[in-house]
Amino acid sequence: MSSVLRWLFFALIVRPVLLLGLGVHVRRRELLPMQGPAVIVANHNSNLDALLLMALYPLAKLKFLRPAAAVDYFLTDPVRRFVAQRIIRILPVERGGARAGRDPLTGCYDALDQGEIVIIFPEGSRGEPEMLQEFKKGIAHLARARPGTPFTPVFMHGLGKAMPKGSLLLVPFNVDVYVGQAYQWEGTIQGFMARTEASMAALAAEGDFPSWE
Amino acid sequence: MSNTLGLAPEVTTTLGALFAALIGATVLVRLIEPDPQGELRQRVWSWWIMIGIFTLAIVIDRVASTILLGLVSYLALKEYLSLIPTRRIDRFVLLWAYLALPVQFYWAHTSYYGMFIVWVPVWMFLFLPVLMALMGDTKGYLTAIGTLSWGLMMTVFGLSHTAMLLGLDPALSFSAGGAGLLLFLVIATQFNDVAQFTCGKLMGRRLFGNRGIVPSVSPKKTWEGFLGGVIATAVLAALMGPYLTDMVPLWSALAGTMIAVAGFCGDITISAVKRDLGVKDASHLIPGHGGILDRVDSLTYAAPVFFHFYFFFFFYGFAG
Repeated sequence: MSSVLRWLFFALIVRPVLLLGLGVHVRRRELLPMQGPAVIVANHNSNLDALLLMALYPLAKLKFLRPAAAVDYFLTDPVRRFVAQRIIRILPVERGGARAGRDPLTGCYDALDQGEIVIIFPEGSRGEPEMLQEFKKGIAHLARARPGTPFTPVFMHGLGKAMPKGSLLLVPFNVDVYVGQAYQWEGTIQGFMARTEASMAALAAEGDFPSWE
Repeated sequence: MSNTLGLAPEVTTTLGALFAALIGATVLVRLIEPDPQGELRQRVWSWWIMIGIFTLAIVIDRVASTILLGLVSYLALKEYLSLIPTRRIDRFVLLWAYLALPVQFYWAHTSYYGMFIVWVPVWMFLFLPVLMALMGDTKGYLTAIGTLSWGLMMTVFGLSHTAMLLGLDPALSFSAGGAGLLLFLVIATQFNDVAQFTCGKLMGRRLFGNRGIVPSVSPKKTWEGFLGGVIATAVLAALMGPYLTDMVPLWSALAGTMIAVAGFCGDITISAVKRDLGVKDASHLIPGHGGILDRVDSLTYAAPVFFHFYFFFFFYGFAG
């Protein structure tokens, strides 16, 4: 039932609105991981980010895609909860869970162990639209726990202008997606974070984006 | 006079000739460019897609054609707004600019010339600045409203004249009607682009020396290419006009000349915008061509110029 809804939601709404209405130009689409276990590391500007990354995949691959998302935001409101759990199938991440002695990444480990593709936004909450925020170290812990898993960096631009956080108004803008080379755990948290930041900065520097103030 | 598809025979024949030219171009490009990923090969392949969609819309009916033209205008507006610097606070204003687009094409479709001609240049021109002022941020206000108004005029008002040619259809008495006028305009405009490019390549700078037309805006535009394009387009127009429209050869050639000159104006205007913004292509939508603005830049000028030329001299009958 929910897999049919998911298929319809993506085929009839998400893909037409994002791919045709806004228009998405993907550089190096072939670098997107097609088989799990794999992690996509992306920047976060808009509620639509996870939907766009999922829309870049064939509909048959939807069931392998699992965006990690904060429990406190997505699981409070009943409608949001239904969409998040049943349609998008988020991996719930409990913010501040580590301080309470629980590993917030448990869901991600399970997903990777089942051969799924996990989508992670290391900036945490969507910051100022179209501005890269400092990355949280959670992804490095994930990489350490599952060494050998490929992490593919993806930089997106445009969705923060089309639908920034706090807005439900969709204003059309062209969207650019830059996919980078996958990398993996190499022994240190610091090294992994530096690699992540460098990859993302390099992808962001490929575009020449007009000012948005 | 119409066949089973409801198309005038002149329109069917012209579309057939278009595909024959396309096949010719495909064969020619295969001979001169061996690399299948080469720019010319990509460009011709994109022409197949564009002419295919255009033909399909014309074959279906006038509603489909107007929707397609509206879609082209939407893509051009979106590309423009994605290209220029915008202010975060103006998102709501931009949404209204987008909403003006279907309304403009609706006026064209219903042949409501009175509203068509004032909707963007009067009502949107007055409305959007007020809306933007009500947003309450004056920093960058003048640039924001200036760029938005200009973009709306070019991409929506200018391009919607293509749909208004179809809007004249009910009042036209010759066989091909509005579709004939649209085909005449679009073929002449796009032919002129190709002819200016080709003449420029073939003749180099042999006749007029090294001085380009506006080297600081379009370094590759030469007088040889420009004049060659104008002459070739005028000749093609003289042949097409009497068949597709109610214009005699001489008037058709004059219309072709105006389309060629206007097309050049649209081209260098968009070039100036791109150069100001420091980009080569407006986007990557059409392989081998760049963005949609790179393809319809000439049409933003040629469409209103040809429409008003025809409207004044023939629709109102001043040309006798």
